[in-house]
Amino acid sequence: MTTELLTGTPTTAKGRRSVMPAERIVGLRCRNCGRPEASGPNYVCPACFGPLEVAYDLELVGRLVDRATIAARPPGIWRYLELLPVAEPPRRGLRVGSTPLIAADRVGPTLGIDRLWIKDDTRNPSLSFKDRAVAIAATRALEFGLDALACASTGNLAGATAAAAAAVGLPAYVFIPADLEPAKIDHALAYGATVVPVDGTYDDVNRLCLEVADELGWGFVNVNLRPYYAEGSKTLAFEIAEALGWRLPDVVVAPIASGAMFTKLAKGFDELAAVGLIERTTVRFVGGQAAGCAPVAMAWASGAVDIEPVRTPDTIVRSLAIGNPADGRYSAELARATGGSIEAIPDVATADAIRRVATLEGIYPETAGGVTLAAAEAARRRGVIRDGDEVVALLTGNGLKTPDAVRFGLDDAAQAPARAGQPGLAPVIPPRFAAFESWLES
Amino acid sequence: MSVVRIPPVLRTSTGGQKQVEVPGSTVREVIGGLVAAYPGLAPQLLAGDGDLNRFVNVFLNDTDVRHLQALDTPVAERDTVLLLPAMAGGADGTWDAAASRRTGTHGGFCSCPGRVARR
Repeated sequence: MTTELLTGTPTTAKGRRSVMPAERIVGLRCRNCGRPEASGPNYVCPACFGPLEVAYDLELVGRLVDRATIAARPPGIWRYLELLPVAEPPRRGLRVGSTPLIAADRVGPTLGIDRLWIKDDTRNPSLSFKDRAVAIAATRALEFGLDALACASTGNLAGATAAAAAAVGLPAYVFIPADLEPAKIDHALAYGATVVPVDGTYDDVNRLCLEVADELGWGFVNVNLRPYYAEGSKTLAFEIAEALGWRLPDVVVAPIASGAMFTKLAKGFDELAAVGLIERTTVRFVGGQAAGCAPVAMAWASGAVDIEPVRTPDTIVRSLAIGNPADGRYSAELARATGGSIEAIPDVATADAIRRVATLEGIYPETAGGVTLAAAEAARRRGVIRDGDEVVALLTGNGLKTPDAVRFGLDDAAQAPARAGQPGLAPVIPPRFAAFESWLES
Repeated sequence: MSVVRIPPVLRTSTGGQKQVEVPGSTVREVIGGLVAAYPGLAPQLLAGDGDLNRFVNVFLNDTDVRHLQALDTPVAERDTVLLLPAMAGGADGTWDAAASRRTGTHGGFCSCPGRVARR
């Protein structure tokens, strides 16, 4: 992955350069009481304690951008600049986004789905979709003059934050549960981040980071920069719609950790329709959670409005192990409102799905991707996904981050690393053709 | 008396104090005592029905009280009660094909006491 000097402000519709590019960003707004707030590293409404989100002048955006303008721009998330909460693309940064939408006609039928697309977001610079959100947060952190980039992470965000900070020249502080997968810790360390392991769950880490963010002048991407950070996930929706020829699928299937990405997909589709880039059609939203940490799936299944937090997650799917998901309530509401579902997936099914998509499509996702595909299969069985539906499944992280997961559920011997006798792994042979031939015949 | 730690976004209502001492034998009584002492906190902490605002998370000695006995959790002398925002940043969960077009246009600004500035 490379740090690149990115292109300048994209031209707007009909070749006009945006004269006042920030005019389309109205500011922040409380999603609970609607109170407006000035743009800044704020995330809580001072009036009602509700969460803040970015407000745009979508009428103006609709005048600034059209399909042809976007098509003429370079690949990457900044091709959708007018619907992102930054005035200008950053001069330095990682090349994020424009990942492929792949027709998965080999694994699809094994899930009972004939028209399956895989959004392969395992290919971003730090190997997960989190690069999208962090690119936005890092840009705003620089604009706000914050001293450092930081995050509370279940793993993927650690690598994304560390990589983005290295690219833009900020120090990075990454707070993680101490029992995180070693590959994810090494990944963040490789970019020069300071990694702070915390003896507790992700929710303990998150609580600590809320306090640290409040007291220090650091830019926590998923705390005090969260209103901007969360907007980055909309680019998944933009890319899906553009890749489908500016239309929407029948069903979207995505993993749910905090639920921010899940709900921002809907916001992305909504905004595309609001600015006239697509026709508004119904999309059913299917979410996947690990059965060992499924507070949103439980709320969806019971019809509960409020999320009952899971105190101690128990799953190999660390990237989704958030017991108290910030956007859980909104995720359950979204699934209900659109006729979708939230599926709770056992770890064995997750590992099986990873093996299936890797061997049938050549795409190797981390555990959250296994959850997504297994959730698609579960939603098909449930009838939420119907005959002939066009389905997009989001594989949001690379399997190299969770290398042990692919063998989970196989027999004990097969779970040991680099073991002789594992299916597909030949024994060590001498460098002679006769030895190879002998093994092949055996 | 228990110690209640106040996040920056609420400190305008507590005269800038980072923590205050409040009497009470349950979390409910402590929060009630806090609001009684600092009435400016009421719209931030309490919902219309007088119950706790759903955007407020309460921790007793670092444990989310929802894992204990919620607002009825006993509070001992010198226990620490921490109030934090329940972060979220998603879209409306009601979006579908029939959703009305949202303009996203809003006007007017105000200052935010919770702002984190460069030091």
